Amino acid sequence: MLEVRGLHAGYGPFAVLHGIDLDVAEGEIVAVLGANGAGKTTLNRALSAVIRPTAGNIRFEGAEITGAGHDAVVRAGLIQVPEGRKIFPNLSVRDNLLLGAYLRGRPNRARNLARVLDIFPRLGERLGQLVGSMSGGEQQMLAIGRGMMAEPRLLILDEPSLGLSPILTEELFALIGRLNAEGLAILLVEQNVVQSLAIAGRAYVIEHGVVALQGDAAALADDPRLRAAYLGLA
Amino acid sequence: MVEIYAAALINGLLIGGVYALVALGLTLIYGVLHIVNFAHGSLLMVGMFAAWLMAEKLGVHPYAALPVVALGMFALGWLLYRLVIGRVSRGEDRAILLATLGVAVVLDNLFLTLFGGDTRQIESDLTFAVIELGPLLLSVPKVIAFAVSLLLAGALWGFMALTDTGRAIRAVAKEPEGARLMGIRPERIFALAYGIGIGCLGAAACLLLPSFFVSPHVGSVFVLVAFTIVVLGGMGSFPGAVVGGLLIGVTESMGGLWLGESLGPIGISLVFIAVLLFRPTGLFGAAR
Repeated sequence: MLEVRGLHAGYGPFAVLHGIDLDVAEGEIVAVLGANGAGKTTLNRALSAVIRPTAGNIRFEGAEITGAGHDAVVRAGLIQVPEGRKIFPNLSVRDNLLLGAYLRGRPNRARNLARVLDIFPRLGERLGQLVGSMSGGEQQMLAIGRGMMAEPRLLILDEPSLGLSPILTEELFALIGRLNAEGLAILLVEQNVVQSLAIAGRAYVIEHGVVALQGDAAALADDPRLRAAYLGLA
Repeated sequence: MVEIYAAALINGLLIGGVYALVALGLTLIYGVLHIVNFAHGSLLMVGMFAAWLMAEKLGVHPYAALPVVALGMFALGWLLYRLVIGRVSRGEDRAILLATLGVAVVLDNLFLTLFGGDTRQIESDLTFAVIELGPLLLSVPKVIAFAVSLLLAGALWGFMALTDTGRAIRAVAKEPEGARLMGIRPERIFALAYGIGIGCLGAAACLLLPSFFVSPHVGSVFVLVAFTIVVLGGMGSFPGAVVGGLLIGVTESMGGLWLGESLGPIGISLVFIAVLLFRPTGLFGAAR
């Protein structure tokens, strides 16, 4: 469903990605792992067309989306829950969720809102509250809920466990598994290697802007090269 | 004696309604989008000239011209943002400040060249019409401006709170990247919101005209007061713009009564400082 070939991207003169190949198939959870600064977030920003790739191409559900506008990517159903959540702090929980359906999922907005509140009852208790005052866990729920409002075909989660307690992280991974069980394809970008590999079918390890390792998640979990790549010793 | 105070109070409220109207557009542009819009006064002047021309050349009463002038000013604002302010600024506050200041200088001098520095007025049946309220005389155009500004404030508040475009405007101002990831295009929303703010000025211009004069410098009468009201009322708050406008109107009027015309305006600064001392976010500002 997602095919990335030879993707190069960066910021002005600073090239970050040097030719990434990556695939996500229908119904998969694919993990993208890597140390800080490996290029994971740059990859996500290029996939969501927030930055423009300098070379290579991206196809989503068979259609070329390289160089498309960020709105076209959302309309196609490639939805990202970004690192740091990037929810709207000056808006209420309800307004944040409603804006998730700004471009996509508008016809089913009421039904999707009910579903998100069913998954995250805590958000239902805080519908009128400004989100700037919520805890990190609640903000992460809201960011995922906002993404769900856009009826994603593929959901990119960028560091969703960042800043969450171990218990909340466990709940989060359980939730990711549940969403995937309902048929949602997920690209999980994480630093939490053990839990990500436990839940993913396949994984890519990115190092210095290239794919250093890839393959079956269970096999990678036992691969000594993984630790080396992670510590930058490879 | 009581009548003098009552008259000053009522007059202040009515003038405050007009101030509120001018501040409404600014609270959207400055309070929500954080664009320091130095062109606000100049664009009000453009709106007033448009209304004046329609009255003088086409015989259309400013109240009847209001929808046309408001729409025209919306279009002008949208174009200004797309062609000048958005392009020049590239998101940098300093550049936005210079761009809007540049627009103001160009507009002021363009109109000075076209129309000269004279002040102009329209004469209509309403200009000197008054309502007698016991011993008080209320100017009809000011009462109308007051009432319509309250209505417009309510409508704008509803638009911002209840529509997707309103939500998107608020969202984009704080978190543009998060908005992009939801498919919202920030540059479009900014142009739209700037246009709406300037459209408010078009409405204000039409409501002002029957009781006020027009000249290429008329904007400067309002622009500082409008910035004061927006900060006093709470950045981005529409009820704040109305209450702030009324408060400033009354303060000015009472200050004039007690301290005389030349020393009177000091009251505005005193009230401004006093409010910000006790509520740094303004009367209706959200706590941060």
